[in-house]
Amino acid sequence: MEITKDMVAYVAELSRLKLSDEEAETARKGLGEIIGYMDILNNIDTEGVEPMSHAFAVKNVMRDDVVRPSHDRAELLKNAPKADDEAIIVPRTVE
Amino acid sequence: MNICEMTALELGAKIKSGEIKAPDAVRAVLDEIKKKDPYYSGGINAYLLTIEQEALERAEDVQKRIEAGEFEDSPLAGVPIAIKDNICTKGVKTTCASKILGDFKPPYDATVIEKLNAAGAVIIGKLNMDEFAMGSTGETSFYGETKNPWDHGRVTGGSSSGAAAAVAACEAPCALGSDTGGSIRQPASFCGVTGMKPTYGAVSRYGLIAYASSLDQIGPVAKDAADCAAILDIICGKDEMDGTSLDVEHKSYLDELSGDVSGLKIGIPKQCFGDGLNADVKAAVLGVAETLKAKGAEIEEFDMPLIDYAVPTYYIIAAAEASSNLSRFDGVKYGYRAEGFEDLTDLYMKTRSEGFGEEVKRRIMLGTFALSTGYYDAYYKKALQVKALIKKAFDEAYEKYDVILFPAAPTTAPKMGESLSDPLKMYLSDIYTVSVNLAGLPGISVPCGFDKDGMPIGAQLVGAPLGDHVILNAAYAYQQLTDYHKKAAEKFGKEAE
Repeated sequence: MEITKDMVAYVAELSRLKLSDEEAETARKGLGEIIGYMDILNNIDTEGVEPMSHAFAVKNVMRDDVVRPSHDRAELLKNAPKADDEAIIVPRTVE
Repeated sequence: MNICEMTALELGAKIKSGEIKAPDAVRAVLDEIKKKDPYYSGGINAYLLTIEQEALERAEDVQKRIEAGEFEDSPLAGVPIAIKDNICTKGVKTTCASKILGDFKPPYDATVIEKLNAAGAVIIGKLNMDEFAMGSTGETSFYGETKNPWDHGRVTGGSSSGAAAAVAACEAPCALGSDTGGSIRQPASFCGVTGMKPTYGAVSRYGLIAYASSLDQIGPVAKDAADCAAILDIICGKDEMDGTSLDVEHKSYLDELSGDVSGLKIGIPKQCFGDGLNADVKAAVLGVAETLKAKGAEIEEFDMPLIDYAVPTYYIIAAAEASSNLSRFDGVKYGYRAEGFEDLTDLYMKTRSEGFGEEVKRRIMLGTFALSTGYYDAYYKKALQVKALIKKAFDEAYEKYDVILFPAAPTTAPKMGESLSDPLKMYLSDIYTVSVNLAGLPGISVPCGFDKDGMPIGAQLVGAPLGDHVILNAAYAYQQLTDYHKKAAEKFGKEAE
């Protein structure tokens, strides 16, 4: 399948990635080649085959809801690129 | 024998008997790292970081406790171990070899780290890898490629590049890696060491920074199968922090090693030995069958045509999961944040564009594409259906065979710089490893020879789900009869004397 410039722009936007014109062209060619190769899966008849997300059946795993301490806030905030004493700082999102 | 040449079990036994002190073992390994590893002086670059002070203090503590009679049932107490840098270590920088994680210091230990600590193992450092475990050569690390100890002009394989190289170069007695599509088994094969991916769910993934959650599994990289068994004994088991971890009753993998393979049924998939397989690799891997046959194993060829579809199936599924898992890296909670953004969305976009490397971006976009409206059914759903068929083909094979034998990779280690320019070619080189992850099976790569250039070759023994003890024993039996697995320590340990 032909991957167009518009498709790359759309996928990049969904991926929250900004590409230069040069990067976008490299991505278009690279993705085109890879996705083109993946089309060989169409050689296999999968009519009626149930899609399998996990190799072993996974079901909901329940545990008792017991109160226990979570991580220390000050410890967690140490990893934030920008924070004050109690919160992570981000640009204003709601005016 | 020098400390650095010993297997983890040999070293553990000497520490237990008092012949070697745990802090001396740590010092010996750290010295070796200083001598061979620094990137700036042309070293191997297996380590991103060593934790000398903490490791020595810890070794002192373990030594005291051993002398007080603790760790009696713990064969690796006092033994140094190195950890792939996508496994969280409390207070110790964990980067996935990516710029985007910056100086991230996890506020908690991964379950496998807690278990290693409880068993008295001594963590000495964090290992280089392909960025976010995405790569088959070790070259996508933001912190520079790891060099193959056998030939510095060649890659180590990946993504557990540092783990395989460190163990081969005697810079660590053993290591933990992770394997999503071959990331333990393929570099182990390229570096002449033994590496195992356990059954999916056998080891908790809590604290493993996710790449493709339905495929990721932590496993050992070591000098031989017995060391792998001893490490697996420590790290496996049900963990309430990982809902996919399995509640399996297992005896000690180490105690179960008998070396007896009489009557063991080994299947050889014909399609894995056709065109595209290097002749030296083919001969060496088939030699494994001959060796085990001489000890009573039964060998039979069979058809596995679906193997050719494993690579596209794997890359669609892994990329789709990666695109979702890696959305958490946004410059807000931890790690790198770009400067000069206009608003929150711009902060995300700028941070991710500057923070991720080219291969990671490629897989995020590939996965986003496969999950996007209009393409979901044709790619993602299709891949999940083919995955079901591949799993079924393996299930049928294991009705007849105990173990399936094929190469870990179609060639020996490629030269530096040959793979990244052609990503599709790199993906195709994963042909022998990815199907094992898709089906959730245990697989172990064992050294089985050398090519005409003297580069190591690895054979892969793959078992039925929860047949971890079966492949470990087959690998152990093979290593009782051969000495390919000892060649790395012979070659790289000598420099230590």
